Amino acid sequence: MPELPVRCAGIALRNPLLLASGIWGESGESLARAWTAGAGAVITKSIGSLPRPGYPNPTIESYERWGMLNAMGLPNPGIGEYPREIAVALGAGATVIGSIFGGDAEEFASLAVAMAKTGVCAIELNLSCPHAQGYGSEIGSDPAQVEEVVRAVTDAVPLPVIAKITPNAADPAGLAAAAERGGAAAVSAINTLRALAIDVELRRPILAHRLGGLSGPAIKPIGLACVWQIRERVRIPIIGVGGIASGQDVLEYLMAGASAVEIGTQVAFEGIGAFGRIGRELSELLERLGFARASDATGAAHFATG
Amino acid sequence: MVWFPGEDELPMSLSYTDGSSKGITVKAMGETSRNVQRIETGARLGIRGPYGNRFDLSPRRILIVAGGSGAAVLAPGAERAIEGGAEVTVALGATTETELLFRERFATMGAEVEIATDDGSAGTRGYVTVAVEQLLATHTFDAVWSCGPEIMMRKVALLARARGVASYGSVERQMKCALGMCDACALGPFHVCVEGPVFPMEKLLELPEFGAFKRDSAGRRVRF
Repeated sequence: MPELPVRCAGIALRNPLLLASGIWGESGESLARAWTAGAGAVITKSIGSLPRPGYPNPTIESYERWGMLNAMGLPNPGIGEYPREIAVALGAGATVIGSIFGGDAEEFASLAVAMAKTGVCAIELNLSCPHAQGYGSEIGSDPAQVEEVVRAVTDAVPLPVIAKITPNAADPAGLAAAAERGGAAAVSAINTLRALAIDVELRRPILAHRLGGLSGPAIKPIGLACVWQIRERVRIPIIGVGGIASGQDVLEYLMAGASAVEIGTQVAFEGIGAFGRIGRELSELLERLGFARASDATGAAHFATG
Repeated sequence: MVWFPGEDELPMSLSYTDGSSKGITVKAMGETSRNVQRIETGARLGIRGPYGNRFDLSPRRILIVAGGSGAAVLAPGAERAIEGGAEVTVALGATTETELLFRERFATMGAEVEIATDDGSAGTRGYVTVAVEQLLATHTFDAVWSCGPEIMMRKVALLARARGVASYGSVERQMKCALGMCDACALGPFHVCVEGPVFPMEKLLELPEFGAFKRDSAGRRVRF
């Protein structure tokens, strides 16, 4: 069978399928269960400096098969209280990546220092949440700010830093290039796309926050395009995210230039068994297409087109 | 999930399931539920779901333990069980007589009803678990269902276990996505929205957090 372990951002991953930030991850036991179910690593919920309850409900509108909107509003218990959840996941043997969000470079750096003490193997920077005022894509849409934040964090901690890139910008590949200049070990792309759902009977937006982020199969071609363009601009590894529901979807992201992927919405559609199934599908597909290792597929579509 | 436009979207069990109309029961707890109680006839609500599981109706002799607003969850199950030929005994507890929910309804549907109030204003004075202990000693049951404060549910499950009776409980957690994704309703390794709200109590008794703490909307642990 083909080898699924990959190296990405200097981290050894037992397979390239990562639990995306925001999915499960409020409790350490959920992270541990995702690891046991076969995730190659688990990424925590994005953690901020202070406890944050998130937005009121409705926070989700789901369209079966093709996608989902959410505006959770970055709920998290804060960096003071969260380390004990990470300890539970680490205790189960999980490879844990800590996601953080801040309002400026200084806050990101201080959160990274605290996160690094928890024992995570890498830090993902949420520079891309599309629905949180003062955070996420409001900072992450400007290449200069992305570079500044990434540099501040890489200067502050010895861990690999992954910058999660927003697709809600004119030039996502330019943002990835800025992250690379700042010293990022990898970029992940994409986060959700700004989106709206309307209830015609009630004549109002469904989500309490009005605007939310679209995830799921509908955004896969957009994610692929971003990964493709980022591959052409940067040399650091890419973690592909967006609408992955099958082994073939994973392979498409690998061929577009990704070294690993994150899976999120499919967990809502299918349950945590999605990791095992997608891993088996990827393995069978790699074998059928003659790949000895998952890593051999990374960027394959670029080589074919020269 | 019931959406009260402009207010909130809350996880609710149907408290009336008979005929073509369905009902929910809202207790004034916080600002949202107080506002919801003022909703006028003809107002429109949004519905997502139904999500999650329900009580298994196959046991023939069922002891139902309802604490406070837990009766809203258990009343329709009691009706369906009695319609299916089950013998149902209800231990109904509340802080005081005026807080006893569906007392008449349980009696009318044909259940044997034991009452307990903390202040003794109706039925036995004290916790409903005292009545449960006596009922388990004097009756034979195939199953115990409970819904109410978690400390009560834990005690009921331990009493049932001591008598060798299988017990199931409907639990409440913070709920947001209701799709098993956001982790707001995490209870040990479980997600109450998709794997619950009804659990075999033996599974819950294994969890140190059951009856000890829940999480607030930020995910912080809050002790009961």
